[in-house]
Amino acid sequence: MRRSPLHATRAGVGGAWCLALGLVPLVCENPFVLAFVLAAEVGVALLAGLRRPLLTAVKWGVPFALVVALINVLVTRDGATVLFRGPMLPWAGQVDFTFEALVYGLVLALRIVAILLVSVFFAAAVDADELLRALRRVSVRSGVTAALALRLFGVLRRDAARLADAQRCLPGAGVSRLAVLHAVTTGALDRATDVAATLEVRGFGTGVRPPRMPRPWSRHDVAFALSACGLVVVAAGVLVGAWGGFDPYPRVSAPVDWVGVAVLACAWLPFLDRRGL
Amino acid sequence: MLRVSGLTYWYAGADAPALADVSLRVGEGELVLLAGGSGSGKSTLLRAAVGLVPHFHGGTFGGQVVTGGLDTRSHGPAALAAVAGTLFQDPETQVVMGTVRAELAFPLENLGWSAAAVARGVEEAALALGLGALLDRPTHELSGGELQRVALAAALAGRPRLLALDEPTSQLDPVAGDELLGVLRRLNEEWGTAILLAEHRLERCLPAADRVVELQGGRIVADAPPREWLARTRATPAAQLFSRAGLAGAPVTVKEARRELARAGWRAPAPPAPAPPAPPSPAVAPPAALASPAPAPPHGVLARRRARREAALAVEDAWVELRDGPAVLRGVSLHAQRGERIALMGRNGAGKSTLLKLIAGLIEPTRGRVRAQPAALLTQHPGDHLLHETIGDDVPESELAARHPRDVSGGERQRSALRLILAAPADVLLLDEPTRGMDPARRDALAQRLTTRTGVTIVATHDAEFAAAFATRVVLLGDGRPVADAPPAEVLAGGWYFATQVARVLGGAGGALTPEAGARVLAAHGVGDADAGGEPAGASGDLAARRGAAS
Repeated sequence: MRRSPLHATRAGVGGAWCLALGLVPLVCENPFVLAFVLAAEVGVALLAGLRRPLLTAVKWGVPFALVVALINVLVTRDGATVLFRGPMLPWAGQVDFTFEALVYGLVLALRIVAILLVSVFFAAAVDADELLRALRRVSVRSGVTAALALRLFGVLRRDAARLADAQRCLPGAGVSRLAVLHAVTTGALDRATDVAATLEVRGFGTGVRPPRMPRPWSRHDVAFALSACGLVVVAAGVLVGAWGGFDPYPRVSAPVDWVGVAVLACAWLPFLDRRGL
Repeated sequence: MLRVSGLTYWYAGADAPALADVSLRVGEGELVLLAGGSGSGKSTLLRAAVGLVPHFHGGTFGGQVVTGGLDTRSHGPAALAAVAGTLFQDPETQVVMGTVRAELAFPLENLGWSAAAVARGVEEAALALGLGALLDRPTHELSGGELQRVALAAALAGRPRLLALDEPTSQLDPVAGDELLGVLRRLNEEWGTAILLAEHRLERCLPAADRVVELQGGRIVADAPPREWLARTRATPAAQLFSRAGLAGAPVTVKEARRELARAGWRAPAPPAPAPPAPPSPAVAPPAALASPAPAPPHGVLARRRARREAALAVEDAWVELRDGPAVLRGVSLHAQRGERIALMGRNGAGKSTLLKLIAGLIEPTRGRVRAQPAALLTQHPGDHLLHETIGDDVPESELAARHPRDVSGGERQRSALRLILAAPADVLLLDEPTRGMDPARRDALAQRLTTRTGVTIVATHDAEFAAAFATRVVLLGDGRPVADAPPAEVLAGGWYFATQVARVLGGAGGALTPEAGARVLAAHGVGDADAGGEPAGASGDLAARRGAAS
């Protein structure tokens, strides 16, 4: 049994759905819409059983996003509402920290986190093998490289964990992260050779393109395809200015926009039908 | 199917050839067993058969190898994949896709099969190896044994005419190992697939083999039918039993050994009752117990309580429960006194490695507690313990001190890591599958070495012969908890799968596990002459023969 409808969806549709969900924060700056997008993503993580990857992404992504927000406050000279009057610098003039720059920095941070979370869904729930297979149908060599890299990454990560464990197997011995890193990196070539040998004896080097594997569209394929279409429509509407308007400067203008509810609905609805997992 | 003519091969920079003037023919539908010690050239010969030597490994190649009509000098491994399937020792690097289904489909897609044929091939390979329930599982979640089965299924999926298998059962428990050999036999008999199989556990494979090819130092020193080869080498415990008992012949199978013994007047007694446990009699005690007897179990509640308090190792009601998964250990309690040598057995996924890691302090129990003296653990990947630039940085007294760990063979790495762990100042020694890929002579030497230890020794192993040779106690794990904890004579003599070959031949009579003990039991019943056989010539699996050399 697959973990969620997203896991059960064919890779092409699942990947397209992730891209569509990521498209909304990519084109939209309205903080209300972005808040809905984030809420939708948290809900998706819970519905898809991806709570742990979500927390990991938040742990790394939020500090990074806040740094971006801070940098925006420091470097932007626009905005009418001065929060703090800084020094006069000969090369930059009067340095002011404005409310508008802060808001726009936070909007940037929201967009970064939202896009990061979508990439987490993509990595965790979309079948990479199926995507690689599709890639091999287009370009065999790229498929080889991607398959080797993808597989090797996992092998090396497990190697590092094992090596670190092995360091603790003697009484009183500690773990030297540097030694483990050194061993993993110097062993990467050997491991790559092993994996490549397996690829060879499985016939990868023949360069044959994999056949098209037709299969009927499941209810989840259809649901996520429709959802992706809805999300693309929302993004297109934002792009043409139909909704999701936002002007940070000179004064923040962020009309309350309920198109975010549509994003929420599009993102969550496909998860409600859990038949056929 | 395979023709090797005058093959001589040097790995790049090697001091000696890995294969020297090897000539060999494997016909359609033949099952050829490759025997020989570590470093004898078995793996290299397999790699030559599928074109990895020389195309992938470089080096100097002389002679000719023709696989399925394709000359390996002009056809690379990818082209040869259409006629030859391959399985190596390490399953971790043999699985290249993210899910089991994709892994099985991968070689078929590369052969240019149609979508329907790929789907059918995947289903059939999964059914053949019992992988139906795993088809949609991510490969990174699989255990070593499961990975090995997946890798074998991927090698089989394209219905190759030749299968080159390098110790395919090394990661498997006895049940899974027997199942796998059954599958190979069926492939061989029903599909006519030729099989070239390198193995150390010969007693399992000999019955299925048509020929045995023995390699030594890169040269073929024997190429004979199993019966003829076994009569000369006495390489299985059953053959050694016959030799020691002064009986003629060298039985290839347990069934044959029983039949011969019945002709000689042996009547197997009724299977031993599981309870109450009785200490093994000196007449049939395993050699390990003779070398360094374990402390007798305490009698009485107070004595037992005191013994538990003073135990060098105490695991009390320990649970290990995964955050998003099942419980790996379920309320394990284990106490061990100094001098005890415990064989930890059980099927794949029973929790053996987890228990060892728990005792070593690598993981914490989610419930319960562990009290252990300083413990040293050899993991399933011995090379992981050699992290420095030279082996000498970790094992200064090693004869390989100047070499980089990656520049030595797998066997040499394994031995170096064993020396490192055995030399550690630890009261509790934990070894996880230390005999994997180890030839019988070295396995017996290790068993002998372990019997001289004074601390607690716990070895997770699938190898019943090894357990019988060193252990004073066998703990059988099932589904994360001990289901048996008794002397080896009690656990290994009466089992179906977790039993030595001698115990299976004798039906568990007298608790005899080893050829020496079995011969004494036979002599006590008036069958054969225990003094007649003596040390069997060339008996590679004989502990006593090695003991003299070791001392």
